[in-house]
Amino acid sequence: MNNEQRKMPIYLDYSSTTPVDPRVAEKMIPFITEDFGNPASRSHAYGWNAEKAVENARKEVALLVNADPREIVWTSGATESNNLAIKGGSQFYSTKGKHIITCSTEHKAVIDAVREMERLGYEATYLTPEPNGLIDLDKFKAAIRPDTVLTTVMMVNNEIGVVQDIESIGNICRENNIIFHVDAAQATGKVNIDLEKLPVDLMSFSAHKTYGPKGIGALFVRRKPRIRIEAQMHGGGHERGMRSGTLATHQIVGMGEAFRLAREEMDKENERVCQLHQRLLKGLTEIEETYVNGDLDARVPHNLNVSFNFVEGESLIMAIKDIAVSSGSACTSASLEPSYVLRALGRSDELAHSSIRFSIGRFTQESDVDFTIELVKQKIGKLRELSPLWEMFKDGVDLEKVEWAEH
Amino acid sequence: MAYSNKVLDHYENPRNVGSLDKEDPNVGTGMVGAPACGDVMKLQIKVSDAGLIEDAKFKTYGCGSAIASSSLVTEWLKGKTIDEAAEIKNSAIAEELELPPVKIHCSVLAEDAIKAAVADLKSKKK
Amino acid sequence: MIYLDHNATTAVHPEVLKTMMPFLEAQYGNPTANHRFGRKARTAIEEAREQVALSVNAHPSQVIFTASGSEANNMIVHGVANSYPDTHFACSAIEHPCVSKPVESLKAKGMAMTKIPVNNQGEIQISDLSKAELNKISFLSCMAVNNETGVIQDLPKIVDVANEHNIQVHSDAVQALGKTRLDFDALGLAAMTISSHKIYGPQGVAALIVNRKIDLQPLILGGGQESGLRSGTENLAAIVGFGKACERARENVVLFNESLSQLQAYLEGELRKIGATIFGEKANRVANTTFFSIKGIDGVTLLTALDRVGFAVASGSACSSNNNEPSHVLLAMNVDEETALSALRVSLGLTTSLDDIKNFIGALKKEVERLKQLTAMAA
Repeated sequence: MNNEQRKMPIYLDYSSTTPVDPRVAEKMIPFITEDFGNPASRSHAYGWNAEKAVENARKEVALLVNADPREIVWTSGATESNNLAIKGGSQFYSTKGKHIITCSTEHKAVIDAVREMERLGYEATYLTPEPNGLIDLDKFKAAIRPDTVLTTVMMVNNEIGVVQDIESIGNICRENNIIFHVDAAQATGKVNIDLEKLPVDLMSFSAHKTYGPKGIGALFVRRKPRIRIEAQMHGGGHERGMRSGTLATHQIVGMGEAFRLAREEMDKENERVCQLHQRLLKGLTEIEETYVNGDLDARVPHNLNVSFNFVEGESLIMAIKDIAVSSGSACTSASLEPSYVLRALGRSDELAHSSIRFSIGRFTQESDVDFTIELVKQKIGKLRELSPLWEMFKDGVDLEKVEWAEH
Repeated sequence: MAYSNKVLDHYENPRNVGSLDKEDPNVGTGMVGAPACGDVMKLQIKVSDAGLIEDAKFKTYGCGSAIASSSLVTEWLKGKTIDEAAEIKNSAIAEELELPPVKIHCSVLAEDAIKAAVADLKSKKK
Repeated sequence: MIYLDHNATTAVHPEVLKTMMPFLEAQYGNPTANHRFGRKARTAIEEAREQVALSVNAHPSQVIFTASGSEANNMIVHGVANSYPDTHFACSAIEHPCVSKPVESLKAKGMAMTKIPVNNQGEIQISDLSKAELNKISFLSCMAVNNETGVIQDLPKIVDVANEHNIQVHSDAVQALGKTRLDFDALGLAAMTISSHKIYGPQGVAALIVNRKIDLQPLILGGGQESGLRSGTENLAAIVGFGKACERARENVVLFNESLSQLQAYLEGELRKIGATIFGEKANRVANTTFFSIKGIDGVTLLTALDRVGFAVASGSACSSNNNEPSHVLLAMNVDEETALSALRVSLGLTTSLDDIKNFIGALKKEVERLKQLTAMAA
């Protein structure tokens, strides 16, 4: 495929959202048109068919993470799951204490839910990760207090792709009798999750990051030992009272199928993605003055976050509009603020501004990666040609020592 | 961010990119902004013995609007006297490029760059 | 199978499905992403928002997309109570559990609340409250159309009385959209809930229409979508489908009522012939809903029998149909427990034909006779 025929722009924003796999869409459509019953209608076959499909999907979601289907609660997405777990968990066990531990590089949905709990009289510790994006276990231990009720840490970071040591953090939580919630929205289909072994109490999932539809997610709520949460939405008592509201059957079916495909194809897919990642990494780091954000080993290969020194972020995005990428998290890209995740790693504002998240996935081709490398090389060259900072750097000026006329 | 066609044109085909010899007594250099703020503009003007600006060059680290603003002023500067140059207002730049409100500061920066270059030149002439 | 349970959920209309398909099959970005895929998704959402707003005469900026009507109702109850600590909440006795349950959960935490009674026709009687009682109330939630009886509430009057006492009003209009004309602006409501899957749109999306004069604490926090009031990646395909369904509902509301009221008249005429009691008979009702009981026949037994012979009906609201409790709506209407347990709801839809009704009546008569004989034998 040459560049003229290539569908523009090339999609390299899989961490933001994935397309619905055609096989998933195919499974969903009959549940929009034919088996459209309300799964809560227990009185007729339309409702029963819907309920059967919902329960089958629940089994598929459970299988991917080796959980019991009864431990899976449907939600409208990972954001709701995170809210439900953090608020519902810390509220239910508030007699233990009102202190929450999280990390400053968590997704906004986690940070904002923790902030809400602070508003309600809880205290929170936001751990600063190491420069490689990982949490130092000793620092975590030091943050634990007798009144710590809940810890929430994401498995795979959405911006920089690093994988936290969930098992060790979970074990520390168990020793200290702390509820442990894990946001795994970016992890499903990318890393193996075995909830029978992992010491995790609550875990959030999303469909649309794993080739399923938007608007559907799930929360794992452990049964043994049994974890309880306070419902945030009340009503018909769906999902055993933990989450009321009519379930969207077709979306649940889509999530089930997406997770089934992930379970079956993950190993093979990861191998392929890994090769693409290596190719992209090699190509991009050939460019002078580039910095990879996040640990290079403890990471998913689907994500590559790179800062390009001496070029400005927004003009960089403009220059590479033939590839669809994110600068920082999609949820903050509307604002001009530098990514709070990269800031937390200790990156300067300039490097945070000029960071690009390339995220690759199921439909990314080798030729897409090659095109991207060429495009980025060319555009970085052009922007640096324009950049007075690059000129100064090349002339040997120490930019740290320049006195800038602050604007 | 929706940019006007004029911004896109200057961004895609920036005019007068480059550097002049800053030690030259006939060259004034203005460097404004800061990397931490996301914009640094370097603007240089060279005046003839008759006092007219015969060349202007720029380099800009910044967003598309910042690049376009500095590119545009290098076009405007040529042929002007330095007093006329100092008259260029940010509002004229913003209007010409149809800058959205969040990008007005780019035109302000360009005006500051002109003033800084003119001041540098004047200090050399003293 | 003849589907006569449209108040529980409706099948997605083919036109709606057609509008949704590209969003399920083609590449679209995260609507917050700042590239072409993201912008295309964003544009589609904003177009849908306009369609939704138009269908209830609201401004697009007043439309907050949620994942369900239940969520929208929870959002208004919790949101108001969180923003205004001194809230005295009132709701009618016939609200859907997704209004009454959150209100009760807040009551358990100390919030003041009042229940507004209904008369024996299922009409909300706000005037039954004394001035002193009304003066205490700060926020009121009253549904526009009851999901079980189909009774249309006199919202303009309720809002008038509320306004006299500085009470803000939310209306759960999930069962009203597409069946009655809704004018958010003219009604002077603080908020209103509407839902997609009741109007031939997909499940998984609904909206809270909010007059921004009231402050709302969000229920779900995070990325700041929906003006910060409802975070989480937007349910793109469903929202697009909802927009189209709203457009259809707005265009077809008159036609829908004309054709259905004839069917309803026939259905209820036949029901009366076999001695059925129709709840809210004297009240103003929507044309698609008939809630009735046949003396001496258990409702759940009858609907299971009807299901076996190919008719999908309901005993009450879908959410409570898994437990064999009498409808709280009927109890509030002063219907005795035994009669309430025999209640059956038939809700007609776009595709219902006169033949469907005739077949249903035939099957109903047969099953009622059979069950009566069984009961007689057992006795």
